[in-house]
Amino acid sequence: MHYIFDFSWIWDYGPVILKGLFVTVELTLVGAVAGVLLGILCAWIRTLGPEMLRPPVAAYVELIRNTPFMIQLFFIFFGLPSVGVQLSELQAANLAMIINLGAYSCEIIRAGIEATPKGQFEAGAALALRPLQTFRLVILVPALQRIWPALSSQIVIVMLGSAVVSQIAAEDVTFAANFIQSRTFRAFEAYMLSTAIYLLFAIALRQLLNQMGRWIFPKVAAR
Amino acid sequence: MSDFTTWDILRNLLLATRWTLILSLTSFIGGGIVGLAILFLRIGKSTLGRHFARGYVELFQGTPLLMQLFLAFFGLGLFGIDVPAWLAAGVALICWTAAFLVEIWRGCVESIPKGQWEAGQSLALNHVQQMRLIILPQALRIAIPPTAGFSVQVIKGTALTSIIGFVELSKAGTIVTNATFQPFVVYGFVALIYFAVCFPLSKFSKHLERRAAAAYATR
Repeated sequence: MHYIFDFSWIWDYGPVILKGLFVTVELTLVGAVAGVLLGILCAWIRTLGPEMLRPPVAAYVELIRNTPFMIQLFFIFFGLPSVGVQLSELQAANLAMIINLGAYSCEIIRAGIEATPKGQFEAGAALALRPLQTFRLVILVPALQRIWPALSSQIVIVMLGSAVVSQIAAEDVTFAANFIQSRTFRAFEAYMLSTAIYLLFAIALRQLLNQMGRWIFPKVAAR
Repeated sequence: MSDFTTWDILRNLLLATRWTLILSLTSFIGGGIVGLAILFLRIGKSTLGRHFARGYVELFQGTPLLMQLFLAFFGLGLFGIDVPAWLAAGVALICWTAAFLVEIWRGCVESIPKGQWEAGQSLALNHVQQMRLIILPQALRIAIPPTAGFSVQVIKGTALTSIIGFVELSKAGTIVTNATFQPFVVYGFVALIYFAVCFPLSKFSKHLERRAAAAYATR
């Protein structure tokens, strides 16, 4: 193996990489916040919400969980324009990530809600709270607390999955790496660098979510 | 230029589906074997081995599968091998699958009560014997539902290999789209085929899970 690693291009392409990182962070942030909100809504429907909405939500969840993210992305970006919905690369990428995380987090959060002791609902009712108030004020936060580690992992998985959005020319970290390798022919180095960026971001994101879990949720005594 | 009927589209996609299935199966089996080897390091006695296994899992679970595919594709080339897409796809998917299976199986092994190891020890079994005769047979039963569930992730993971040029279901979708200009129909079909493969597996794994849970509840 006679290969000389060459990272001398890094200085020239620094801005491209930074821009890519910015896009990946933005996609992750929007995807995570909106995706989890969508997941909460769907989880509420599937557990406590109106009966007639449950089958469509179940279908949505199963359809997303059993198809690759890339195909969902392609369907949104390439397929939807033919029915009149034209989205930019970033809009399509954001939408695909929200829809994807929405389905996964729905199932995770649902597990959290279903593990709620019956007494909690009764306690809400005893305080004359309406069902929706009971859900919002009594059920939701402990349910999220229960599944926070699983939800955090899912967010990291979705972030890593976002590498695919480079395929519809959304300019994320992977796109930057593709761009660099097409200009410098230093494919291995370019992908090594982008892989390292993803690894560090994944570690940082996991730490951040753990920390957030500690801020958001009240401390509970050891059970 | 010939016209594509809906049946033509579907037939081409279905023909490509076998490569998705073959690649999934290869990755799953290969990943299982590599995963088992790393599992032994992960729960073994050697500190170095444990560190290696943890690093391995962290690396492959902390980076996008797409990057792993690119690195396999361009990295193997550094050794002077002309890398066909299927080889890079297989190597990357096996390594990636192994990393997830190690963690799933580690959880299963660790859920076996410590007393079982001690029981083995008191029968003068050595570490490998304890593992083989006492721990693994029990861990295996717990491991089946989550392992079956993970196979769905592997099948979905194979879609990414289209990006490095392996022709499977997703790549066929792109090719057929380029020929027919009907992305809505084609990607819709592609999604439905993935769904038809993955959904039964998901349901099956759920079923196994529920049965295992029931078995524990009646104890």
